[in-house]
Amino acid sequence: MARRREPAKYLVLLALVVLALMMLFPFVVVAFNALKSPSEYASNGPLALPEGVYLQGIIDFWNRVDFGQKLLNSIVISGSVAVLAVLVSLFNAYALGIGRVRGRLWVLVLFLLAFTLPQEALVYPLYYLSKQVGLYDTRLAVIIIFTVIQTAFGTYLLSSVLSSFPPEILEAARMDGASRWQVLWRVVVPLSRPTLAVLLVFFFIWTWNEFFLPLVFLISNDNQTVPVALGVLQGQRLMDATMSNASALLGIIPAIVFFLIFQRTLTRGITVGATK
Amino acid sequence: MTSPVTAPAATVSASPRPPSPKRRAGPSGPYLVYLVPGLVLFVGVILLPFLMNLGISFTRWHGVGTPEWTGLDNYDRLFSDTTFWASFRNNLAVILAMAIIPTMIGLVLGAALFDYVAKRFGAGTASGLRASYYLPQVLPIPVAGIVWGWFLNPSYGALNASLEKLGLGGLAQDWLGDPSFALSSVMVVMVWIQIGFPVVIFMSGLQRVDPALYEAAEIDGASWWRRFWHVTIPQIRPEIYVVLLWTTIASLKVFAHIYVLTKGGPGGATNVPAYYSYQNFFEKTQVGYGAAIATALTVVIVVLTVLFLRVQDTGDEEAR
Repeated sequence: MARRREPAKYLVLLALVVLALMMLFPFVVVAFNALKSPSEYASNGPLALPEGVYLQGIIDFWNRVDFGQKLLNSIVISGSVAVLAVLVSLFNAYALGIGRVRGRLWVLVLFLLAFTLPQEALVYPLYYLSKQVGLYDTRLAVIIIFTVIQTAFGTYLLSSVLSSFPPEILEAARMDGASRWQVLWRVVVPLSRPTLAVLLVFFFIWTWNEFFLPLVFLISNDNQTVPVALGVLQGQRLMDATMSNASALLGIIPAIVFFLIFQRTLTRGITVGATK
Repeated sequence: MTSPVTAPAATVSASPRPPSPKRRAGPSGPYLVYLVPGLVLFVGVILLPFLMNLGISFTRWHGVGTPEWTGLDNYDRLFSDTTFWASFRNNLAVILAMAIIPTMIGLVLGAALFDYVAKRFGAGTASGLRASYYLPQVLPIPVAGIVWGWFLNPSYGALNASLEKLGLGGLAQDWLGDPSFALSSVMVVMVWIQIGFPVVIFMSGLQRVDPALYEAAEIDGASWWRRFWHVTIPQIRPEIYVVLLWTTIASLKVFAHIYVLTKGGPGGATNVPAYYSYQNFFEKTQVGYGAAIATALTVVIVVLTVLFLRVQDTGDEEAR
């Protein structure tokens, strides 16, 4: 049945491949143009292939915005948030999913609402309060805020995972005299590792990509994350063509690195979750 | 692990002591300790600021000094503020570009990759294509903004240069700077960013669909489109609801796209409520009014979430 429409079969594939190329096209053009010198860009235009590898534009941009510092800030903030948010989510979910404390449904609804809340509805009081306690324009302020925001989602997800945790395993551990604290770390955590890993990855990437609150909170150059630094530069409309491309390439590279590294964790995590 | 096995085990093993009326509350008490850090942080970072924002929305305040209580004045102003309503209309266009169009395209692409490409050209081809569609999703929005800001730039951007090359120089536009094109340009960028999300969710949803349904449809001689309408869509209805809810909420919160591409301009042509509230907070320092906009946005999102969950519930019941 399919054989009779052999050309049609390839037409569909062709259409899908063309679409994929359209999706990837901006990445390729950016990579090409980041490797051109300003004069080459001016004379050959944006569509020509680069004549050679001109790295000076990227190096200049790196030094000009102190990109290493921005990367460090992003790693410190996203890494701290990922670890802390998984930890707090785990405590919450231990109480809600396994401890089944009273009123847990209400607590869950509260966390779910927190997750859907627009950050605009929190930003000004947070801005005001952080100034009062001397945390404004610090990475710590952003770490605390996003730990809570990510925890809202983590609690919701982990509670539902842990509420189906096999009770006989918990009971066996308790019979052996393990305290609640020991049960959490020696039984629950090891057995939920795939889910925790997925959460860790999500929180890291989500926090890395956050823009609005870091934009408001991190005003000094030394504290800015990669997206904030790039977004502010773009917003000022001060970049020429080659600088735009150099900065875009520097922003794309970490994202693609995460994509490749975490792809494995995610696929593994998701399949493990599916078999549960 | 199926529930019929675990349920009896739980009732037997969970009561080493003789059951008493207090048993239900008893063992759960000590677990409350584990909720303390989460709840303290929640109150300090979410609940208190949210209530403060609500309070501020009833005042006139410039960020310094004492807020002046004005009751519902800010909300009165909101209802007659044409800028606000224009930004709200723009937000409907954003919902189209970030939720509805990507969901529709994602359905066709997801089904085509799962039910056609994977079967005829191998799973590797399908997952390679999926990765290409997904790649824009991993970019921080400001980076996507730089890429497209340059691409669409009227003086040195790649799009107008390509049009000239093709002899279509007459079609060249100031894509982000001309009020009649800015919103459409922003929408195109949003679709580009967003497509990957529904494709990935729908493809993973399709994996739990019983292959026998597809085989039966194929034996009956159903065309690909008929299988799409009568097998794929009904089977992944839960995923469709989740994707629509999730992306619609994201559309209502949209800020970074606007900030990096157009800053709401030209002349408010691409402004959205989230960006408008930011302008009032930090550019015009009309904090009370900004808080009212943010509160109105929150109400819309919460109502929409509740409505969606309702529809999803009834949809599930009809399906049963």
